[in-house]
Amino acid sequence: MDQIIQIDGFIALYIFMLAGFVGHEIIGKVPAILHTPLMSGSNFIHGIVLVGAMVALGRAATPLEQTIGFIGVFLGAGNAVGGYVVTERMLEMFKSSKDKKS
Amino acid sequence: MSMINMTLIIDASYFLAAILFIYGLKRMGSPMTARGGIVWAGAGMLLATVVTFLFPGMSNYLLMIVAIGLGGIIAWISGKKVAMTDMPQMIALYNGMGGGAAAAIAAVELYSGKDHGLTFGILAVLGGFIGAVSFSGSLVAFAKLQGFKNTTLRFKGQQILNLVILLGTLIMGAIVIAQPDMGNNISIFFILALALGITMTVPIGGADMPVVISLYNAFTGLAVAFEGFVQQNPAMIIAGTVVGAAGSLLTQLMAKAMNRSLANVLFSGFGETVSGEGSEVSGSMKPIDATDVGVMMAFANKVLIIPGYGMAVAQAQHKVWELTKLLIDRDVDVKFAIHPVAGRMPGHMNVLLAEAGVPYDIIYDQDEINSEFESADVALIIGANDVVNPVARTDPSSPIYGMPILNADYAKNVIVIKRGQGAGFSGIENALFFLDQTRMLYGDGQEMASELIQAVKSL
Repeated sequence: MDQIIQIDGFIALYIFMLAGFVGHEIIGKVPAILHTPLMSGSNFIHGIVLVGAMVALGRAATPLEQTIGFIGVFLGAGNAVGGYVVTERMLEMFKSSKDKKS
Repeated sequence: MSMINMTLIIDASYFLAAILFIYGLKRMGSPMTARGGIVWAGAGMLLATVVTFLFPGMSNYLLMIVAIGLGGIIAWISGKKVAMTDMPQMIALYNGMGGGAAAAIAAVELYSGKDHGLTFGILAVLGGFIGAVSFSGSLVAFAKLQGFKNTTLRFKGQQILNLVILLGTLIMGAIVIAQPDMGNNISIFFILALALGITMTVPIGGADMPVVISLYNAFTGLAVAFEGFVQQNPAMIIAGTVVGAAGSLLTQLMAKAMNRSLANVLFSGFGETVSGEGSEVSGSMKPIDATDVGVMMAFANKVLIIPGYGMAVAQAQHKVWELTKLLIDRDVDVKFAIHPVAGRMPGHMNVLLAEAGVPYDIIYDQDEINSEFESADVALIIGANDVVNPVARTDPSSPIYGMPILNADYAKNVIVIKRGQGAGFSGIENALFFLDQTRMLYGDGQEMASELIQAVKSL
């Protein structure tokens, strides 16, 4: 790939460190009542693996690579879609007593 | 469009997706904004997926679309159909799929025989290892919670076997890094990693599964981040690392709420730690009938309801909410007190109550509510047991000693709705049931809640 900046060495470490802090900070102050939806939500977010699996399948040359790539995309799509559906269903139910009129 | 513009669009979209993920996750951290959070994150995912089709130098588009369609439809239908009580195992299943996808990326990269250089070789192998463990481990967790495979298999030397497989996998991984063009080595490496996920998870009991699922969630995040480095994909690196860190912290919080250390969950079964019987409990359990409880609650100033997983099993949450509304109409101050591990994981009980229509602003965490029991007229316990057992505070010989509990025993009256006289999940007698101010309302949770509703209505 003809990218201008390679993400390796210390640039990689910096990204890793900063993103790690972000994840830690986001969860740190959350009330326990949201732990299950948050676990589900973060489960959805690593569904981005779908994108990587698509690229892997897109570049697969041999039947073996194509088969594994196909399985990867299938699993990644399941992660992303399933993660979204269950998280959305759970959060849909969080209503305060003010807007529960429906 | 020229190639440069294409990569620019892709890079910009991934950048935007990363922002949306972090913003969405942040919004999910508060009940007020949580519903919008998942939509923002979902928009990021959609954007990232669509632009990936523009990626230069790709083929196999038909296979790609079929795989996305198949995986997406199956996950969509199963996710829509699953009952709220079964949510934990579905999270395990989808998480396992993500881990499997990360391992598949690693496998394609490694089997392709491309020379990645040492750093990327190590990252590809590490990501593949963690992803494969998360994949097979999560599937075992799913099967256990779903009830396909209930037995918890333990035998002598199990830890040694796990250690041998772990070392074998790491050695094979090192060989794969050193000699990238040996296909058979790669296969053996992945088979060992998958086996490790199974043998690691099989001995862990059902009660500890939520902690394990959370751990594998963090694993998958990390695996995605590593494969993101290999593929030079910043969206994967950032999303994976954020989840890896968030998941690790969440795992620790859960283990802490259950009064276990992570090492304890992974390396010893709960059954083994319950060796001490604890002291004998003296006194007797005193029954009461629903009419009396109805009167007691209707004329109380403050009622605290402590729901446990037993309430969800009896599907009593709707009736309990109906009862709560009747009491609120009579100007009784009603609050729900939730133990961190009520339900099957932290926050699961809140989801189950929310499903029944209970607004979240009358649901309180243990830390917020524990000081209020002294001023409560009635503590109504339905389907909970160990989390209100005062021996956790008083009896150092008890296996649950030190576990944080709800102070139900400080309330003026304690009502326990319970099927029979048996001990709790951990098999420990509950000293609360024998206190002077405690009365037992024997029966099915849903039926008893209905009887209480009738009792309050007839006043």
